[in-house]
Amino acid sequence: MRFSALRVIRETLTGHKGWRPLWRNPEPQAFYDYLIVGGGGHGLATAYYLANTFKQSRIAVLEKGWLGSGNIGRNTTIIRSNYLLPGNEPFYEFSMKLWENLEQEFNFNAMVSQRGIVNLFHTDGQRDAYRRRGNAAILAGADAELLERDALRGMVPFLNFDNARFPVKGGLLQRRGGTARHDGVAWGYARGADRAGVDLIQNCEVTGFRIENGHLKGVETSRGYIGANKVGVAVAGSTSRVMAQAGMGQLPIESHVLQAFVSEGLKPTIPNVITFGAGHFYVSQSDKGGLVFGGDIDGYNSYAQRGNLPVIEDVAEGGMALMPMIGRARLLRLWGGIMDMSMDGSPIIDRTPIEGLYLNAGWCYGGFKATPASGYAFAQLLATDRPHETAAAYRLDRFARGYVIDEKGAGAQPNLH
Amino acid sequence: MLIPHPLLGLRDAQEFSYLGDASLLDRPDGLAEKAGDAFFSYVYLRENPAGVHRELWFHEQGDRSWLVVTRNTVTHEILGAELARDVALRSRSPRERGDPA
Repeated sequence: MRFSALRVIRETLTGHKGWRPLWRNPEPQAFYDYLIVGGGGHGLATAYYLANTFKQSRIAVLEKGWLGSGNIGRNTTIIRSNYLLPGNEPFYEFSMKLWENLEQEFNFNAMVSQRGIVNLFHTDGQRDAYRRRGNAAILAGADAELLERDALRGMVPFLNFDNARFPVKGGLLQRRGGTARHDGVAWGYARGADRAGVDLIQNCEVTGFRIENGHLKGVETSRGYIGANKVGVAVAGSTSRVMAQAGMGQLPIESHVLQAFVSEGLKPTIPNVITFGAGHFYVSQSDKGGLVFGGDIDGYNSYAQRGNLPVIEDVAEGGMALMPMIGRARLLRLWGGIMDMSMDGSPIIDRTPIEGLYLNAGWCYGGFKATPASGYAFAQLLATDRPHETAAAYRLDRFARGYVIDEKGAGAQPNLH
Repeated sequence: MLIPHPLLGLRDAQEFSYLGDASLLDRPDGLAEKAGDAFFSYVYLRENPAGVHRELWFHEQGDRSWLVVTRNTVTHEILGAELARDVALRSRSPRERGDPA
Protein backbone atom coordinates (compact mmCIF):
# COMPACT_ATOMS: atom_id res chain seq x y z
CA MET A 1 0.00 0.00 0.00
CA ARG A 2 1.72 3.15 -1.21
CA PHE A 3 0.62 6.52 0.08
CA SER A 4 -0.04 9.24 -2.48
CA ALA A 5 -2.41 12.15 -3.04
CA LEU A 6 -4.25 10.03 -5.59
CA ARG A 7 -4.71 7.30 -3.03
CA VAL A 8 -6.14 9.77 -0.49
CA ILE A 9 -8.64 11.05 -3.06
CA ARG A 10 -9.67 7.51 -4.01
CA GLU A 11 -10.18 6.52 -0.37
CA THR A 12 -12.13 9.70 0.26
CA LEU A 13 -14.51 8.82 -2.57
CA THR A 14 -14.88 5.19 -1.47
CA GLY A 15 -15.52 5.75 2.23
CA HIS A 16 -11.99 5.03 3.48
CA LYS A 17 -12.55 1.29 3.33
CA GLY A 18 -9.25 0.47 1.64
CA TRP A 19 -6.78 1.43 4.36
CA ARG A 20 -4.85 -1.45 5.87
CA PRO A 21 -2.70 -1.77 9.03
CA LEU A 22 0.77 -0.34 8.48
CA TRP A 23 2.57 -3.51 9.56
CA ARG A 24 1.96 -7.18 10.32
CA ASN A 25 1.96 -8.59 13.83
CA PRO A 26 3.95 -11.80 13.33
CA GLU A 27 4.81 -14.58 15.75
CA PRO A 28 8.56 -14.80 16.46
CA GLN A 29 10.48 -17.44 14.53
CA ALA A 30 13.08 -19.70 16.13
CA PHE A 31 16.08 -18.09 14.46
CA TYR A 32 17.02 -14.83 12.74
CA ASP A 33 20.19 -13.52 11.15
CA TYR A 34 19.69 -10.18 12.90
CA LEU A 35 17.82 -9.34 16.06
CA ILE A 36 17.35 -5.71 17.03
CA VAL A 37 16.46 -5.25 20.69
CA GLY A 38 14.31 -2.14 21.09
CA GLY A 39 11.46 -1.04 18.81
CA GLY A 40 12.04 2.67 19.21
CA GLY A 41 13.23 5.16 16.64
CA HIS A 42 16.80 3.92 16.48
CA GLY A 43 15.92 0.23 16.50
CA LEU A 44 13.27 0.59 13.80
CA ALA A 45 15.57 2.76 11.67
CA THR A 46 18.31 0.15 12.05
CA ALA A 47 15.99 -2.62 10.87
CA TYR A 48 14.78 -0.42 8.01
CA TYR A 49 18.27 0.30 6.66
CA LEU A 50 19.46 -3.26 7.27
CA ALA A 51 16.69 -4.57 5.05
CA ASN A 52 16.39 -1.79 2.48
CA THR A 53 19.88 -0.33 2.11
CA PHE A 54 22.13 -3.21 3.14
CA LYS A 55 19.84 -5.86 1.59
CA GLN A 56 19.96 -8.22 4.55
CA SER A 57 17.11 -10.59 5.38
CA ARG A 58 15.80 -12.64 8.30
CA ILE A 59 15.61 -9.62 10.62
CA ALA A 60 13.41 -9.10 13.66
CA VAL A 61 12.86 -6.22 16.05
CA LEU A 62 12.00 -7.18 19.64
CA GLU A 63 10.03 -4.59 21.60
CA LYS A 64 9.04 -4.90 25.25
CA GLY A 65 5.96 -2.68 24.89
CA TRP A 66 4.54 -1.20 21.71
CA LEU A 67 6.52 0.29 18.83
CA GLY A 68 7.74 3.82 19.46
CA SER A 69 6.69 3.82 23.12
CA GLY A 70 9.93 5.24 24.51
CA ASN A 71 11.84 8.40 23.77
CA ILE A 72 10.83 8.60 20.10
CA GLY A 73 7.31 9.25 21.39
CA ARG A 74 8.26 11.76 24.07
CA ASN A 75 10.81 14.26 22.76
CA THR A 76 10.70 17.87 21.55
CA THR A 77 11.11 16.83 17.88
CA ILE A 78 14.06 19.08 17.05
CA ILE A 79 16.39 18.23 14.17
CA ARG A 80 19.65 20.08 13.59
CA SER A 81 23.29 19.55 12.66
CA ASN A 82 25.17 22.40 14.29
CA TYR A 83 27.66 20.59 16.47
CA LEU A 84 31.28 21.54 17.06
CA LEU A 85 33.56 18.51 17.31
CA PRO A 86 34.94 16.48 14.39
CA GLY A 87 33.68 13.22 15.93
CA ASN A 88 30.12 14.53 16.00
CA GLU A 89 29.43 17.12 13.32
CA PRO A 90 29.82 14.98 10.16
CA PHE A 91 27.54 12.36 11.73
CA TYR A 92 24.77 14.84 12.51
CA GLU A 93 25.09 16.41 9.06
CA PHE A 94 24.75 12.94 7.56
CA SER A 95 21.62 12.58 9.67
CA MET A 96 20.30 15.91 8.40
CA LYS A 97 20.79 14.81 4.78
CA LEU A 98 18.82 11.65 5.53
CA TRP A 99 16.06 13.74 7.14
CA GLU A 100 15.84 15.88 4.02
CA ASN A 101 15.00 12.90 1.85
CA LEU A 102 13.28 10.75 4.48
CA GLU A 103 9.67 11.05 3.43
CA GLN A 104 10.40 10.30 -0.23
CA GLU A 105 12.61 7.42 0.88
CA PHE A 106 10.08 5.61 3.06
CA ASN A 107 6.87 6.98 1.51
CA PHE A 108 5.41 8.21 4.77
CA ASN A 109 4.57 11.69 6.03
CA ALA A 110 7.06 12.41 8.81
CA MET A 111 6.21 16.13 8.64
CA VAL A 112 9.86 17.13 8.35
CA SER A 113 9.77 20.91 8.59
CA GLN A 114 12.99 22.80 7.93
CA ARG A 115 11.79 25.92 9.65
CA GLY A 116 15.24 26.80 10.97
CA ILE A 117 16.77 26.69 14.41
CA VAL A 118 18.35 29.68 16.10
CA ASN A 119 20.66 29.40 19.12
CA LEU A 120 20.67 32.75 20.89
CA PHE A 121 23.79 34.32 22.34
CA HIS A 122 23.87 36.91 25.08
CA THR A 123 27.51 37.89 25.53
CA ASP A 124 30.46 38.66 23.29
CA GLY A 125 32.24 35.53 24.46
CA GLN A 126 29.25 33.44 23.55
CA ARG A 127 29.12 35.06 20.10
CA ASP A 128 32.73 33.98 19.52
CA ALA A 129 31.98 30.43 20.65
CA TYR A 130 28.92 30.22 18.39
CA ARG A 131 30.84 31.63 15.44
CA ARG A 132 33.42 28.91 15.96
CA ARG A 133 30.72 26.25 16.13
CA GLY A 134 29.06 27.66 12.99
CA ASN A 135 32.37 27.53 11.14
CA ALA A 136 32.88 23.94 12.26
CA ALA A 137 29.44 23.10 10.90
CA ILE A 138 30.22 24.76 7.56
CA LEU A 139 33.49 22.85 7.30
CA ALA A 140 31.53 19.62 7.67
CA GLY A 141 29.17 20.62 4.87
CA ALA A 142 26.32 21.92 7.03
CA ASP A 143 24.88 25.43 6.93
CA ALA A 144 25.22 28.12 9.58
CA GLU A 145 24.65 31.87 9.69
CA LEU A 146 25.55 34.25 12.45
CA LEU A 147 22.75 36.77 12.91
CA GLU A 148 23.36 39.99 14.74
CA ARG A 149 20.68 41.59 16.85
CA ASP A 150 18.91 43.63 14.16
CA ALA A 151 18.63 40.80 11.67
CA LEU A 152 17.34 38.54 14.42
CA ARG A 153 14.81 41.12 15.58
CA GLY A 154 13.26 41.11 12.13
CA MET A 155 12.77 37.37 12.35
CA VAL A 156 11.64 36.89 15.96
CA PRO A 157 10.56 40.33 17.23
CA PHE A 158 8.82 38.94 20.32
CA LEU A 159 12.00 38.01 22.20
CA ASN A 160 12.96 40.00 25.26
CA PHE A 161 15.94 41.61 23.49
CA ASP A 162 16.60 44.14 26.25
CA ASN A 163 16.50 41.81 29.22
CA ALA A 164 18.71 43.65 31.74
CA ARG A 165 20.62 40.53 32.79
CA PHE A 166 20.69 38.54 29.54
CA PRO A 167 20.22 40.89 26.55
CA VAL A 168 19.84 39.02 23.26
CA LYS A 169 22.85 39.96 21.13
CA GLY A 170 22.16 37.68 18.21
CA GLY A 171 21.95 34.04 17.24
CA LEU A 172 23.47 31.20 15.30
CA LEU A 173 20.93 30.17 12.68
CA GLN A 174 20.76 26.87 10.86
CA ARG A 175 18.07 27.27 8.23
CA ARG A 176 18.00 23.55 7.38
CA GLY A 177 17.25 22.65 11.00
CA GLY A 178 13.71 22.37 12.27
CA THR A 179 11.30 19.75 13.51
CA ALA A 180 9.77 16.44 12.47
CA ARG A 181 6.71 14.51 13.61
CA HIS A 182 8.30 12.16 16.12
CA ASP A 183 5.72 9.36 16.04
CA GLY A 184 5.54 9.59 12.27
CA VAL A 185 9.25 8.87 12.09
CA ALA A 186 8.85 5.67 14.11
CA TRP A 187 5.78 4.58 12.14
CA GLY A 188 7.42 5.34 8.81
CA TYR A 189 10.49 3.28 9.64
CA ALA A 190 8.35 0.49 11.11
CA ARG A 191 6.18 0.31 8.01
CA GLY A 192 9.18 0.47 5.69
CA ALA A 193 10.94 -2.30 7.62
CA ASP A 194 7.82 -4.46 7.67
CA ARG A 195 7.36 -4.05 3.93
CA ALA A 196 10.92 -5.25 3.44
CA GLY A 197 10.18 -8.41 5.41
CA VAL A 198 11.33 -7.46 8.91
CA ASP A 199 9.34 -9.10 11.73
CA LEU A 200 8.27 -6.43 14.24
CA ILE A 201 7.56 -8.37 17.43
CA GLN A 202 5.83 -6.38 20.13
CA ASN A 203 5.16 -7.29 23.77
CA CYS A 204 8.36 -9.32 23.69
CA GLU A 205 10.80 -8.45 26.46
CA VAL A 206 14.38 -9.66 26.35
CA THR A 207 15.10 -11.40 29.67
CA GLY A 208 18.55 -12.84 29.01
CA PHE A 209 21.32 -13.52 26.51
CA ARG A 210 22.64 -16.95 25.66
CA ILE A 211 26.41 -16.64 25.34
CA GLU A 212 28.79 -19.57 24.76
CA ASN A 213 32.58 -19.10 24.79
CA GLY A 214 32.24 -15.38 24.24
CA HIS A 215 29.91 -15.86 21.26
CA LEU A 216 26.32 -14.74 21.32
CA LYS A 217 23.86 -17.50 20.36
CA GLY A 218 20.53 -15.83 20.92
CA VAL A 219 18.25 -14.15 23.43
CA GLU A 220 15.78 -15.36 26.02
CA THR A 221 12.53 -13.44 25.81
CA SER A 222 9.15 -13.36 27.47
CA ARG A 223 7.93 -15.23 24.36
CA GLY A 224 10.62 -17.89 24.42
CA TYR A 225 14.17 -18.35 23.18
CA ILE A 226 15.14 -16.80 19.83
CA GLY A 227 18.44 -17.67 18.18
CA ALA A 228 20.42 -15.15 16.16
CA ASN A 229 23.71 -14.58 14.38
CA LYS A 230 23.94 -10.96 15.43
CA VAL A 231 22.07 -8.96 18.04
CA GLY A 232 21.98 -5.16 18.11
CA VAL A 233 20.83 -3.47 21.30
CA ALA A 234 19.21 -0.03 20.91
CA VAL A 235 17.22 0.52 24.09
CA ALA A 236 18.19 4.07 25.17
CA GLY A 237 17.47 4.60 28.86
CA SER A 238 17.25 0.86 29.54
CA THR A 239 20.75 0.16 28.17
CA SER A 240 22.36 -0.67 31.53
CA ARG A 241 19.49 -2.97 32.49
CA VAL A 242 19.54 -4.91 29.23
CA MET A 243 23.32 -5.11 28.92
CA ALA A 244 23.61 -6.33 32.53
CA GLN A 245 21.86 -9.49 31.32
CA ALA A 246 24.80 -10.04 28.98
CA GLY A 247 27.26 -9.52 31.82
CA MET A 248 28.05 -5.95 30.78
CA GLY A 249 26.48 -4.22 33.76
CA GLN A 250 29.22 -1.62 34.02
CA LEU A 251 28.92 0.91 31.20
CA PRO A 252 29.87 4.58 30.82
CA ILE A 253 26.18 5.46 31.10
CA GLU A 254 23.78 6.83 33.68
CA SER A 255 20.02 6.95 33.15
CA HIS A 256 18.44 10.33 33.82
CA VAL A 257 14.94 11.72 33.41
CA LEU A 258 14.31 14.59 30.96
CA GLN A 259 11.00 16.38 31.02
CA ALA A 260 9.20 18.01 28.10
CA PHE A 261 6.16 20.22 27.95
CA VAL A 262 3.40 21.33 25.60
CA SER A 263 1.06 24.28 26.01
CA GLU A 264 -2.53 24.60 24.89
CA GLY A 265 -2.96 25.28 21.16
CA LEU A 266 -2.21 28.86 20.14
CA LYS A 267 -2.34 30.73 16.86
CA PRO A 268 0.91 30.63 14.85
CA THR A 269 3.39 32.66 16.82
CA ILE A 270 6.85 31.04 16.90
CA PRO A 271 8.15 30.58 13.36
CA ASN A 272 11.14 28.33 14.06
CA VAL A 273 13.03 26.56 16.82
CA ILE A 274 14.55 28.92 19.38
CA THR A 275 17.03 28.05 22.10
CA PHE A 276 17.90 30.33 25.00
CA GLY A 277 21.64 30.78 25.49
CA ALA A 278 21.59 32.02 29.06
CA GLY A 279 19.34 29.39 30.61
CA HIS A 280 18.34 26.01 29.29
CA PHE A 281 15.12 26.43 27.32
CA TYR A 282 14.23 25.40 23.77
CA VAL A 283 10.89 25.91 22.08
CA SER A 284 9.03 25.40 18.84
CA GLN A 285 5.38 25.41 17.89
CA SER A 286 3.67 22.30 16.63
CA ASP A 287 1.34 22.32 13.65
CA LYS A 288 -1.56 21.91 16.08
CA GLY A 289 -0.47 25.16 17.75
CA GLY A 290 0.95 23.89 21.01
CA LEU A 291 4.24 25.32 22.17
CA VAL A 292 6.59 22.37 22.57
CA PHE A 293 9.44 23.10 24.95
CA GLY A 294 11.95 21.69 27.38
CA GLY A 295 15.06 22.36 29.41
CA ASP A 296 17.52 20.49 31.57
CA ILE A 297 17.44 16.92 32.76
CA ASP A 298 16.41 16.63 36.41
CA GLY A 299 20.02 15.77 37.25
CA TYR A 300 19.86 12.58 39.32
CA ASN A 301 19.77 8.92 38.26
CA SER A 302 16.22 7.98 37.39
CA TYR A 303 14.22 5.27 35.67
CA ALA A 304 10.89 6.96 36.43
CA GLN A 305 9.29 8.40 33.30
CA ARG A 306 8.31 11.47 35.26
CA GLY A 307 10.31 14.27 36.82
CA ASN A 308 9.99 16.70 39.70
CA LEU A 309 8.73 20.26 40.09
CA PRO A 310 12.04 22.20 40.42
CA VAL A 311 12.94 21.59 36.79
CA ILE A 312 9.45 22.58 35.68
CA GLU A 313 9.93 25.86 37.52
CA ASP A 314 13.37 26.33 35.98
CA VAL A 315 12.09 25.72 32.45
CA ALA A 316 9.16 28.10 32.99
CA GLU A 317 11.54 30.77 34.27
CA GLY A 318 13.75 30.34 31.22
CA GLY A 319 10.77 30.71 28.94
CA MET A 320 9.53 33.81 30.72
CA ALA A 321 12.97 35.44 30.67
CA LEU A 322 13.23 34.87 26.93
CA MET A 323 9.71 35.48 25.64
CA PRO A 324 7.42 37.03 28.24
CA MET A 325 4.50 36.80 25.80
CA ILE A 326 4.03 33.12 26.63
CA GLY A 327 3.30 33.90 30.28
CA ARG A 328 -0.43 33.47 29.93
CA ALA A 329 -0.31 30.30 27.88
CA ARG A 330 -1.46 27.36 29.97
CA LEU A 331 0.51 24.16 30.21
CA LEU A 332 -1.43 21.32 28.65
CA ARG A 333 0.78 18.32 29.26
CA LEU A 334 4.18 17.38 30.58
CA TRP A 335 6.01 14.10 30.55
CA GLY A 336 9.40 12.51 31.13
CA GLY A 337 11.66 10.15 29.24
CA ILE A 338 14.72 8.20 30.35
CA MET A 339 17.95 9.39 28.74
CA ASP A 340 21.01 7.17 28.44
CA MET A 341 23.44 9.90 29.50
CA SER A 342 26.97 8.94 28.53
CA MET A 343 30.09 10.07 30.33
CA ASP A 344 31.15 12.49 27.57
CA GLY A 345 27.73 13.47 26.22
CA SER A 346 28.25 11.59 22.94
CA PRO A 347 26.82 8.28 21.75
CA ILE A 348 28.20 4.77 21.32
CA ILE A 349 27.73 2.71 18.13
CA ASP A 350 30.09 -0.20 18.40
CA ARG A 351 30.78 -3.88 18.74
CA THR A 352 31.08 -5.29 22.26
CA PRO A 353 33.63 -7.74 23.68
CA ILE A 354 30.96 -10.42 23.12
CA GLU A 355 31.15 -11.70 19.54
CA GLY A 356 27.83 -11.05 17.80
CA LEU A 357 26.55 -8.46 20.28
CA TYR A 358 26.43 -4.82 19.16
CA LEU A 359 25.55 -1.71 21.11
CA ASN A 360 23.83 1.53 20.13
CA ALA A 361 23.49 3.77 23.20
CA GLY A 362 24.50 6.90 25.04
CA TRP A 363 22.30 9.31 23.09
CA CYS A 364 21.86 11.64 26.05
CA TYR A 365 19.15 14.03 25.00
CA GLY A 366 20.18 14.36 21.38
CA GLY A 367 18.83 11.07 20.15
CA PHE A 368 15.85 12.18 18.10
CA LYS A 369 17.75 14.23 15.53
CA ALA A 370 20.19 11.35 15.15
CA THR A 371 17.53 8.72 14.43
CA PRO A 372 18.18 8.28 10.67
CA ALA A 373 21.97 8.34 10.87
CA SER A 374 22.02 6.18 13.98
CA GLY A 375 19.91 3.56 12.24
CA TYR A 376 22.00 3.75 9.08
CA ALA A 377 25.35 3.56 10.87
CA PHE A 378 24.22 0.76 13.19
CA ALA A 379 22.81 -1.18 10.23
CA GLN A 380 26.11 -0.80 8.38
CA LEU A 381 28.06 -1.98 11.41
CA LEU A 382 25.78 -4.99 11.84
CA ALA A 383 25.82 -5.91 8.17
CA THR A 384 29.49 -5.34 7.33
CA ASP A 385 31.30 -5.20 10.70
CA ARG A 386 32.77 -1.91 9.56
CA PRO A 387 31.64 1.39 11.12
CA HIS A 388 30.07 4.11 9.01
CA GLU A 389 32.70 6.73 8.25
CA THR A 390 30.83 9.43 10.18
CA ALA A 391 30.29 7.19 13.23
CA ALA A 392 33.79 5.76 13.52
CA ALA A 393 34.56 7.81 16.63
CA TYR A 394 31.59 6.45 18.61
CA ARG A 395 33.56 3.58 20.08
CA LEU A 396 32.85 1.94 23.39
CA ASP A 397 36.54 1.87 24.30
CA ARG A 398 37.14 5.58 23.68
CA PHE A 399 36.81 6.33 27.40
CA ALA A 400 39.59 3.92 28.32
CA ARG A 401 41.75 5.19 25.46
CA GLY A 402 41.22 8.86 26.29
CA TYR A 403 39.40 9.80 23.08
CA VAL A 404 36.24 11.23 24.62
CA ILE A 405 33.97 13.45 22.50
CA ASP A 406 32.89 16.09 24.97
CA GLU A 407 31.10 18.99 23.20
CA LYS A 408 30.84 21.04 26.36
CA GLY A 409 34.13 20.05 27.95
CA ALA A 410 32.17 19.22 31.08
CA GLY A 411 34.06 16.07 32.08
CA ALA A 412 32.86 12.65 33.11
CA GLN A 413 29.70 13.75 34.84
CA PRO A 414 26.51 12.90 32.95
CA ASN A 415 24.27 15.49 34.57
CA LEU A 416 26.46 18.29 33.20
CA HIS A 417 26.08 17.27 29.55
CA MET B 1 12.09 15.25 46.83
CA LEU B 2 12.91 15.73 50.51
CA ILE B 3 16.26 14.46 51.78
CA PRO B 4 16.43 13.43 55.46
CA HIS B 5 19.67 15.17 56.43
CA PRO B 6 21.11 13.38 59.49
CA LEU B 7 21.86 16.69 61.24
CA LEU B 8 19.27 19.09 59.82
CA GLY B 9 16.17 16.95 59.25
CA LEU B 10 14.11 16.97 56.08
CA ARG B 11 15.59 19.32 53.47
CA ASP B 12 14.39 20.12 49.93
CA ALA B 13 16.52 18.34 47.32
CA GLN B 14 16.79 21.73 45.61
CA GLU B 15 19.32 22.75 48.27
CA PHE B 16 21.64 19.95 47.10
CA SER B 17 23.68 19.28 44.03
CA TYR B 18 24.08 15.75 42.75
CA LEU B 19 27.36 14.02 41.99
CA GLY B 20 26.50 10.36 41.34
CA ASP B 21 27.13 6.81 42.54
CA ALA B 22 28.46 6.61 46.11
CA SER B 23 31.22 4.28 44.89
CA LEU B 24 33.05 7.53 44.07
CA LEU B 25 34.01 7.58 47.76
CA ASP B 26 36.32 4.62 47.13
CA ARG B 27 39.07 6.31 45.17
CA PRO B 28 41.60 3.80 43.81
CA ASP B 29 45.19 3.76 44.95
CA GLY B 30 47.14 5.64 42.31
CA LEU B 31 50.34 3.75 43.10
CA ALA B 32 48.84 0.28 42.89
CA GLU B 33 49.49 -2.06 40.01
CA LYS B 34 47.01 -1.52 37.16
CA ALA B 35 46.05 1.84 38.64
CA GLY B 36 45.15 3.01 35.12
CA ASP B 37 42.45 0.37 34.76
CA ALA B 38 41.17 1.08 38.25
CA PHE B 39 40.88 4.79 37.51
CA PHE B 40 39.14 4.13 34.20
CA SER B 41 36.48 2.15 36.06
CA TYR B 42 36.30 4.73 38.81
CA VAL B 43 35.86 7.70 36.47
CA TYR B 44 33.73 6.23 33.69
CA LEU B 45 31.90 3.03 34.59
CA ARG B 46 28.65 2.92 36.55
CA GLU B 47 26.25 0.22 37.73
CA ASN B 48 23.31 2.52 36.92
CA PRO B 49 20.74 0.29 38.67
CA ALA B 50 16.99 0.48 38.26
CA GLY B 51 15.99 0.31 41.91
CA VAL B 52 17.94 1.04 45.07
CA HIS B 53 20.90 3.34 44.43
CA ARG B 54 23.41 4.80 46.88
CA GLU B 55 24.49 8.21 45.69
CA LEU B 56 26.37 11.35 46.69
CA TRP B 57 24.53 14.62 47.26
CA PHE B 58 26.26 17.85 48.32
CA HIS B 59 24.33 20.23 50.59
CA GLU B 60 25.49 23.22 48.59
CA GLN B 61 22.82 25.68 49.77
CA GLY B 62 22.98 24.38 53.32
CA ASP B 63 25.67 23.15 55.65
CA ARG B 64 27.93 22.09 52.74
CA SER B 65 28.20 18.52 53.92
CA TRP B 66 28.34 15.53 51.58
CA LEU B 67 25.64 12.92 52.11
CA VAL B 68 25.24 9.35 50.94
CA VAL B 69 21.55 9.12 50.07
CA THR B 70 19.87 5.78 49.43
CA ARG B 71 17.11 6.26 46.89
CA ASN B 72 14.96 4.16 44.59
CA THR B 73 15.61 5.31 41.00
CA VAL B 74 12.33 3.82 39.77
CA THR B 75 10.02 5.53 42.28
CA HIS B 76 12.23 8.41 43.53
CA GLU B 77 11.49 7.21 47.08
CA ILE B 78 14.30 8.19 49.48
CA LEU B 79 15.16 5.38 51.85
CA GLY B 80 17.79 7.05 54.01
CA ALA B 81 20.71 9.42 54.23
CA GLU B 82 23.92 9.56 56.22
CA LEU B 83 26.99 11.75 56.28
CA ALA B 84 29.42 10.66 53.57
CA ARG B 85 32.19 11.16 56.10
CA ASP B 86 30.73 8.46 58.35
CA VAL B 87 30.39 6.08 55.40
CA ALA B 88 33.95 6.69 54.27
CA LEU B 89 35.40 6.22 57.74
CA ARG B 90 33.50 2.99 58.26
CA SER B 91 35.08 1.47 55.16
CA ARG B 92 38.63 2.27 56.22
CA SER B 93 40.87 0.31 58.59
CA PRO B 94 41.33 1.53 62.20
CA ARG B 95 44.85 2.65 61.36
CA GLU B 96 43.66 4.71 58.36
CA ARG B 97 40.94 6.19 60.55
CA GLY B 98 43.57 7.21 63.08
CA ASP B 99 41.91 5.23 65.87
CA PRO B 100 44.07 4.43 68.93
CA ALA B 101 45.53 0.93 68.68
